[in-house]
Amino acid sequence: MKSLLTILLLFTLAFNISASEEVELQEANIDLSDTDSLQRGAQHFVTYCLGCHSAKHIRYLRFALDVGVDPKKVLNDIAPEGSSIYDQIHSAMNKHDAEKWFGVQPPDLSLIARSRGADWLYSYLKSYYIDTSRPFGVNNLVFQDTAMPNPLWKLQGEQHAEARKTIYGEYTKLVLDAPGTLSEHEFDLFVNDLVNFLVYVGEPVKLERERLGKFVLLFLVIFLVIAYLLKKEYWKDVD
Amino acid sequence: MNNKGVDKSKRQFLTSALTVVGAVGSGYLAVPFLAQMQPSVKAMAAGAPVEVDISKIEDGQLIRVAWRGKPVWVLNRQPEVLATLKTLDSELRDPSSNESIQPPSSKNAVRSQRPEIFVAVGLCTHLGCSPTFRPEIAPVDLGEKWQGGFFCPCHGSWFDLAGRVYRGVPAPTNLEIPPYRYISDTRVIIGESSEEKSA
Amino acid sequence: MKPSRLAECGNWVLNRFPVTKFWNDHMAQYYAPKNFNIWYFFGSLALLVLVNQILTGILLTMNYKPDAKLAFDSVEYIMRDVPWGWLVRYMHSTGASAFFIVIYLHMFRALLYGSFKHPRELIWIFGMLLFVALMAEAFMGYLLPWGQMSFWGAQVIISLFSAIPVIGDDLSLWIRGDYVIADATLNRFFAFHVIAVPLVLVMLVFMHLVALHEVGSNNPDGIEIKESKDPWGHPVDGIPFHPYYTIKDLVGVGVFLLFFATVIFYMPEMGGYFLEHANFIPADPMKTPEHIAPVWYFTPFYSILRAIPDKFAGVIGMGGSIVVLFLMPWLDRCKVKSIRYRGGIFKKALFLFVISFLALGYLGTQPVTPIATTMARLFTTIYFGFFLLMPIYTRWEKTKPVPRRLTKVKSFEDQLHEIEEQIPAFIEEITEVKPASTEIGHPAFKGAFFNRRPNPKGIAHVLSRVATKLKRSLD
Repeated sequence: MKSLLTILLLFTLAFNISASEEVELQEANIDLSDTDSLQRGAQHFVTYCLGCHSAKHIRYLRFALDVGVDPKKVLNDIAPEGSSIYDQIHSAMNKHDAEKWFGVQPPDLSLIARSRGADWLYSYLKSYYIDTSRPFGVNNLVFQDTAMPNPLWKLQGEQHAEARKTIYGEYTKLVLDAPGTLSEHEFDLFVNDLVNFLVYVGEPVKLERERLGKFVLLFLVIFLVIAYLLKKEYWKDVD
Repeated sequence: MNNKGVDKSKRQFLTSALTVVGAVGSGYLAVPFLAQMQPSVKAMAAGAPVEVDISKIEDGQLIRVAWRGKPVWVLNRQPEVLATLKTLDSELRDPSSNESIQPPSSKNAVRSQRPEIFVAVGLCTHLGCSPTFRPEIAPVDLGEKWQGGFFCPCHGSWFDLAGRVYRGVPAPTNLEIPPYRYISDTRVIIGESSEEKSA
Repeated sequence: MKPSRLAECGNWVLNRFPVTKFWNDHMAQYYAPKNFNIWYFFGSLALLVLVNQILTGILLTMNYKPDAKLAFDSVEYIMRDVPWGWLVRYMHSTGASAFFIVIYLHMFRALLYGSFKHPRELIWIFGMLLFVALMAEAFMGYLLPWGQMSFWGAQVIISLFSAIPVIGDDLSLWIRGDYVIADATLNRFFAFHVIAVPLVLVMLVFMHLVALHEVGSNNPDGIEIKESKDPWGHPVDGIPFHPYYTIKDLVGVGVFLLFFATVIFYMPEMGGYFLEHANFIPADPMKTPEHIAPVWYFTPFYSILRAIPDKFAGVIGMGGSIVVLFLMPWLDRCKVKSIRYRGGIFKKALFLFVISFLALGYLGTQPVTPIATTMARLFTTIYFGFFLLMPIYTRWEKTKPVPRRLTKVKSFEDQLHEIEEQIPAFIEEITEVKPASTEIGHPAFKGAFFNRRPNPKGIAHVLSRVATKLKRSLD
């Protein structure tokens, strides 16, 4: 019996060793209650992403209500001109042209944070580097051979990839060649705001859901306590 | 089994307590279940106010716009029509619109803010069919008494060109007037009340 | 005294409709063994989850669109634009996983206490049919969100049918109604998911319960309580289902709902197991996701499929892993029902079976590697070994004598109390007094606790005691 257990244990350990190798992701600092960050993120999204990508599952009105700002302010500061507050965040790009230019249609970004995760997005947007063999002259460390050119290069500047060796093995490091209009720290905050907004868009109800959950759980505890007392009382009959 | 030491009042109390808690819980659970059948945000977005350009409507012409999925009529009435309207009061059920639905600014003899521009929800107050627009006077099928108006094909209700209902037809009240306001001389926005803005 | 109008009305109905008789036969005078333990909660919980799935399912149907162009967006529409739609959707998606958790535990209970044995073979058969119908229901429901996992999962599973010789290709074509998973497939799966299979499920639940109430419930001792009756003809060891078990099940419901609500409100994706990440990308027939895995509740069977290197044999293996479950009542030759009085060989076999089931489940969620395939083959062998060797090893089983009446079990409170009493001695054993070499913490807190250090000897002692206890319980 004992030897059997040991064998099983050894086998389970053997699995964990065979984990796949991937680029280590940087951690995004997600705070959905930071409404200022969400508003900045929305502005960045409209300025830098909306040209190609839509977020068609969210309406300007919903964003205004969730973030707690006046819908008029959202229309003035964030939405492109001529939008209605009820509009979903649609992109103006023609689908046919998009396929011609990029080879693929730029995906809708409403759920990108739920399929990729915040850390992936944060790392991805920061990991562009110069690679002249690619059609747009850039490649990405997190998503090799990405079809998307770097929309933020003016802000970040240009990076190139360098192979480094350590005692743990080889890895690639991105080095900034020409600084952009933002400092490294400012750029990190910029990308973080954008990712924060995308996480919000992925599931707008998340904060509300977590707020409600407390009341539901509290209620269920009360229910459980009374049910347990009643059970105890009735089961006095049973020897 | 034994029935020794049964505290009946305690059982009764706990049973009632659990019933109450259970009922409250079911009540709260029913709220989302029922509320999810309410109009969604998409329906509300479709119900957003609609802007209409009235400069292009010719004399005597009626245009239809959709507001909240309902037909809304915008009719350009000529002076002769307005004159006829004044003579019909005795044949109408509710000539001064006391029992009908309209914003206060349209509660007058011609049922509109500007007499010549008539705006109304084009659904019969009887059972919701959309009446046909029959501006001609005394056509063959409607008879001599017809002074121009709206005729409901479903159950034969008569309305005049101010949407007021005649006596002796099934419809109970005059046609509904939606909230609307002029944002300029030539543009009307339907679905936003003129009273709220001025207040 | 003249009876009130209301009572008259009530009697009018009761004289024509056997509500009272039904209530007495199945609740107030249905005698259940008095020693049900925690494993017996899962039957009523399965019923609760079924009701949850039906109610939330009806509500979802009101806004969902079974059209390949609209389906994905209509789910997001429910999540965002429909008032409370997110809650209803999460209740349904979490309910699907909860259903399988509850059902797996319910089935394991039957294995533990021999609930599938004579005279309850038919209850087990109905239960297994329910399980198969539930898998079909879950599989077809998973296509409806029309995400990448929905699409490719369905693609893989339906392609399984093409492995069947001669008719395979035509059969899978017929199931899909198109050459790939397409609008036609989505539409028919919707029809099956919302009406056909649920009707079958409800019918089978009814038959499962009728069969159960005919022969009466089994219990953790595996004794027929109907064999010892009091002068009034009631089983001595039985208690009326209502109020005793209705109230006890409410406690189970409370605990279950606590877990259920925690998942719904705080972790509806459950780390990608309940809602898979790739399913937030709309279905794309041109591009398979990098790593496709079925939802967690299918992974043990999926692992068996992958472990067998031949396509047709793999399909047979996967189907066989469910068919053998149907045969349980005839594979197990031991007369003793409950694990409490069965021989060590069965306990060990069951232990290995549970380990291999869980391991296959885990492996099914992971990408294929050579070592994982070897492991899956080993566990598949154990899985089938448990069933196919059962007629042999259960014959030699050295069983313990089975008592004639139900044994007394310690109540939950007593067990808690006992554990409480043992805690100080336990802490005494695994720690030892040793003056701290450096000052830690504020001097004010420098009580007895900080002076104690973990005692390796004591811990080793406790571990070996746990191991012997485990071994003894398996003999």
